[in-house]
Amino acid sequence: MPSLWPQVEPLLAQVTKPARYIGGELGSQVTEHDPAAVSWLLVYPDTYEIGLPNQGLQILYEILNERDDAVAERSYAPWVDMEAAMRSAGVPLFSLENHLPARTFDILAFNLSAELVYTNVLNLIDLAGVPVHGAARSADDPIVIAGGHCAFNPEPLSAFVDCFVLGDGEEVVGEINQVVAQQKPDGQASTLDDPGGHGSREGLLRALARIQGVYVPSCYEAHYQPSAADPGAGGEPAPASTPEPFRLSVTAARFPETPDRVEKRTIADLGRWPYPKQQLVPLIEVVHDRLNVELFRGCTRGCRFCQAGMITRPVRERPADQVRTMVRSGLARTGYDDVALTSLSSADYSGIEDTVSSIIDDPSCSGQVSVSLPSLRVDAFTVGTAAQIQRVRRTGLTFAPEGGTWRMRQVINKLIREEDLYAAVDAAFSQGWKRVKLYFLIGLPTETDDDTLGIVDLAKQCVAIGRRYHKGVTVTASVGGFVPKVQTPFQWFGQNTIEELTRKVHLVRDAARPVRGLTIRWHDPKATAAEGIVSRGDRRMGPVIEQVWRNGGTFQEWSEHFDLQLWTDALADHGMSLEDTVYRHRTEDEVLPWDHLSAGLHRDFLWQDWLDALATHGLEDCRWTPCYDCGACTGFGVEHVVASAVPPAGGSQGTGQDLSAGGQVPVQFLTTAPSGAVPASVPEEQVAVRVGEGGG
Amino acid sequence: MRIRFRFAKLGKVRFTSQRDVARMWERALRRAGLPLAYTEGFSPRPQLSFGLALPTGCESQAEYLDVALDEARAEEMAIEVASLPALLTPLLPEGVDVEEAVPVSRGSGSLQQLVTSCSWTMCFSGVSKDELRRQVEALLAAGTVPIVRERKGRLEHDDLRPSVLALAVTDDPAAVGGPRSDTAPSVGVVAELATQPRGVRPIELVHGLVAVSGNPPFDPSDGQAADGDRTAGVPVLDRACRTQQWIERDGIREEPLRRRVIPAEANRATHALVRAS
Repeated sequence: MPSLWPQVEPLLAQVTKPARYIGGELGSQVTEHDPAAVSWLLVYPDTYEIGLPNQGLQILYEILNERDDAVAERSYAPWVDMEAAMRSAGVPLFSLENHLPARTFDILAFNLSAELVYTNVLNLIDLAGVPVHGAARSADDPIVIAGGHCAFNPEPLSAFVDCFVLGDGEEVVGEINQVVAQQKPDGQASTLDDPGGHGSREGLLRALARIQGVYVPSCYEAHYQPSAADPGAGGEPAPASTPEPFRLSVTAARFPETPDRVEKRTIADLGRWPYPKQQLVPLIEVVHDRLNVELFRGCTRGCRFCQAGMITRPVRERPADQVRTMVRSGLARTGYDDVALTSLSSADYSGIEDTVSSIIDDPSCSGQVSVSLPSLRVDAFTVGTAAQIQRVRRTGLTFAPEGGTWRMRQVINKLIREEDLYAAVDAAFSQGWKRVKLYFLIGLPTETDDDTLGIVDLAKQCVAIGRRYHKGVTVTASVGGFVPKVQTPFQWFGQNTIEELTRKVHLVRDAARPVRGLTIRWHDPKATAAEGIVSRGDRRMGPVIEQVWRNGGTFQEWSEHFDLQLWTDALADHGMSLEDTVYRHRTEDEVLPWDHLSAGLHRDFLWQDWLDALATHGLEDCRWTPCYDCGACTGFGVEHVVASAVPPAGGSQGTGQDLSAGGQVPVQFLTTAPSGAVPASVPEEQVAVRVGEGGG
Repeated sequence: MRIRFRFAKLGKVRFTSQRDVARMWERALRRAGLPLAYTEGFSPRPQLSFGLALPTGCESQAEYLDVALDEARAEEMAIEVASLPALLTPLLPEGVDVEEAVPVSRGSGSLQQLVTSCSWTMCFSGVSKDELRRQVEALLAAGTVPIVRERKGRLEHDDLRPSVLALAVTDDPAAVGGPRSDTAPSVGVVAELATQPRGVRPIELVHGLVAVSGNPPFDPSDGQAADGDRTAGVPVLDRACRTQQWIERDGIREEPLRRRVIPAEANRATHALVRAS
C-alpha cells in the first residue's frame, strides 16, 4: 500500500501545528501490514492534542499490535485548515504511522468520549472516502466501529456506525479481530454459520453481533407509536422517519441469534491488563502531557449525575505494587517528570498516601517527579495527601463539590459536607497552595435559587480560609450546566432550558462580583443544550446530526466553531424541538432508546435511585456498606476489588451515618503477591469481611 | 558544568517547533539519567539554553544547546562528555541527531548573544533558475529591500537588505537537499543571513525576493502565502536548511563548536557563497 506522505508533506507548510500530522511519537508502532492480519485504524474524533493522551485508545493500540493477526495505526481529526488543504488536494484521511489511506484499513474504530464530537465522526468517515451511511457501504469498505462512554446511547449514530462496543475494550477487541480475520477474503475460511453469505457485509455484522458487548444497530429495528399525549391515532408501528409526537415503542432484534439486550463487557481484574506499557510520548505539547497510570476503574460513590461512575462499576483497583512498577518503568522510559494517578476518584484508592510518597521518595526519580491526582474527593483529601503531592511542584488543585448546598448534594448523592470541603481547602492552603479550583453543576434536579447561590457561599468561605494563610489567594468556581446522561438515575430528568441556565449563571456571577479573590467561570448554556440534544436522542436524531455536519458544523466542542443555530435549525427541519428532546421529563413507562443496552444496572435500581434523589435521600458508598443490588457486580460475577476494607480518610463519607451497621459485603482483599499477580489465582486469600469488624 | 551540544534536525521532525524541541531534549536528558541542574523556586525546571530558534518547518545541520549539570553529581558519576552524542541520539526522535558535545566555561556567554549570522541552503520551485538569478542580483544590488514581517501578531515594516550578508543561486541541487518532488523543478540558493539585531527567517528572504522582482508584494497576513501562490516568477520555498551558525569576534568567524570533519556538502556550499558586503 503506497504511503500518502509525498502528498501530505507539501500541505504541512500551509497549516498550523504541522507536527500533528507526522507521527513519530515514542511508543508509536510502525509495522508492515500482513495482508492476512486485520488492520485497525483507531480514530479519535477531535484534535491530535486532545486525542493523543486518550488512555483507552492507547490501551487498545497496544493490545491489538501485540497480536499476530492484527495491526493498529492511529488517526485524529485534522484541524479545519488541514482538512481544507486535504480536500482541495484530494488527500483522504490517513494514518499517522505509515500515512496510509484510512479507507484501506479493515476497521475504522472511533473513540466516543463526548457527544459534540459526533459531527466530526461523520466528517472523518467522509474524509476517509467511505460512505457516511452504513447501509451504503460495500464489502470493500471498512467496518466502522465505535466505543467509549457515549456508546451507551449509540442510537443517534446508528445510521453511520456499523457496530458499537459497550464497556471495557481489552478483551472484546481480540474477539472482534478474530471474527473479522475469519471473514477476510485472504483469511481462514469461516467456520461460523454465515447467514448473509460468506464474506458479505451483513454476514460479518451478524457474526459480530453475537459477541458479548457488541451492538450492531442494523440487527435491530426501532418501532414507534403515537405517544399517550396524542390519543386517537392508531397503534400501528410507524416507520423510523415519522416525526414527533411518535414515541419509541420497542427496539427489537431482527434475527433469532442476536440478543434482545446487549450487555456491556467488564474486565474482572485490572492487574491482568497493565496497559499502556509503552505510553505514547508526543513530539508536541498535548493535554495531560505526562505519564498516566490508572489506579482503578469504576466508582461506587454513586453520584447520580455521573455517567462514568454508573457505567464503569464495579470498582477494580490495580495492585499497589503494579502501580509503583508502572510508574517507575514509565518514568524511565518516557523521561516525563510528572505522573498522574488516574481514576474517577483517585483519593479513594486504598493506601493512596503510601503510593504517592513511595513514588516521590523513589531514588530513581531524583526527587524531581511530581504527582498529580485528578478527580480528588474532598472528603478523602487530607493534609497528608496535600503534603505529599506538593513536595516537588505544586500542580493545580481542583475539588468538585458539584452542589452548592447539603440538600443539593443529597439529591445528587455527592455526600460531602461543607466541613469536608473546608478541611480539604484548609489542608491545601496550609501546604502552600494559593489557588484552588472548584467545580459545580447548575440545572440539577429540584435545584432552587438557594442551592445555586450556595455555590457562592461555599466559594466565598474557601477564599476566607485561604486568607488565613496567604494574602493573594484565588478561588475559581467553574459552573457547568447539567446534561442528563443515559444509564444514570437522572436519565428521566428534563434538562434546564438555555434561559434558565443563563439566569442561574447570572445569579452566581452577580453574587460573586463583590467577593475579592473569587472568579466565576461558566460553560456556555447553548453548548449544554446541544449536548442534551444528542445525549438522549433516538435514531431519529441521526438526520439532525448529519444536517449539522453537512452545514459545516464540525468541531462543535470548540467554542469558536460551535453554532447552536445549526442544531436548532436541523431539529426544526426534522420536526423536532428542544422542548421535546431535551427539556422534557421522561416517565417511568416510557421506552428509552437505550433500554435494549445494558451497563449492568437494573432499570428498577436506577428508577428507585431517581425517586430517592427526588426525596433528598443519599446513599452510602457500597464498597463499605450493604449492597443496593444495582446489578453491576451480580450481573457479571465480579466483585469490587479493593485492597482495604475500610473507607479512606476517616470514612464518614460526609453523611455522618453509622458505618458499623452493615451486612456481608462483596469486598475482596488483594494479596501482597508480586506485581502482575492475579488475585483470582490465589482464591484462598480472598476474604469477605464484615465492615465494622475492622480491617481483618 | 555546562555542556554545549550540536545537533541536526532533519526530515519529518522539522515540523516541530522550537518549544517542542526543548521539551524532547528535557525528556531525553532525563532518560539518559544525566544529573541536570534545576532552577530554584516553586516550579524547578532543568537549565537548558538554546541558540536561535529555528522556524517550524526548517531543517538544520547546526542546532546548538547548552545544558547545565549539577557539578557535584556529574563529578561523582564521572560523566564522559564525548560519549554523550551516542547516548542521547537514540533517546531523541528520529531526525534529531546529536553530533558533538563539548564542555564550555560558564562565562562564555549565551548562544543567543554570541551568534551573529547563519548560513542557509534553500530550495525553490515555481521559478526558473534564470528568473531566480535575476531576483537575487536585483536584491543584492538594491539599496534597501522593504518587507513587512510579522512579530508577535503585529505587522512591521523593515529593511531586509542589511541582513542579507551573502546570497547566490547554486547549480547543485544536491547541495540544498534536492527537489521535494520529481515533478516540480527546483532551484537552490545558498545564503548567509544576519541574526543581529534580530534574525531573518527564510520566508522573509522570499518576501524580499518578491519585493525586488516587480511582482506584487506579499501580504504576510495571509500566512505563508508563498506556498499557495503559484504565479510564474514567484519563488515557492520548498525546503530550507540551516547549515551553519556563526560567531564573529574580532574579525574571526567561527562556529559555536568547531567541527572535527567538515562535511563535503557544507564545503561545496561555502565555495558557492558570494560575499555580498
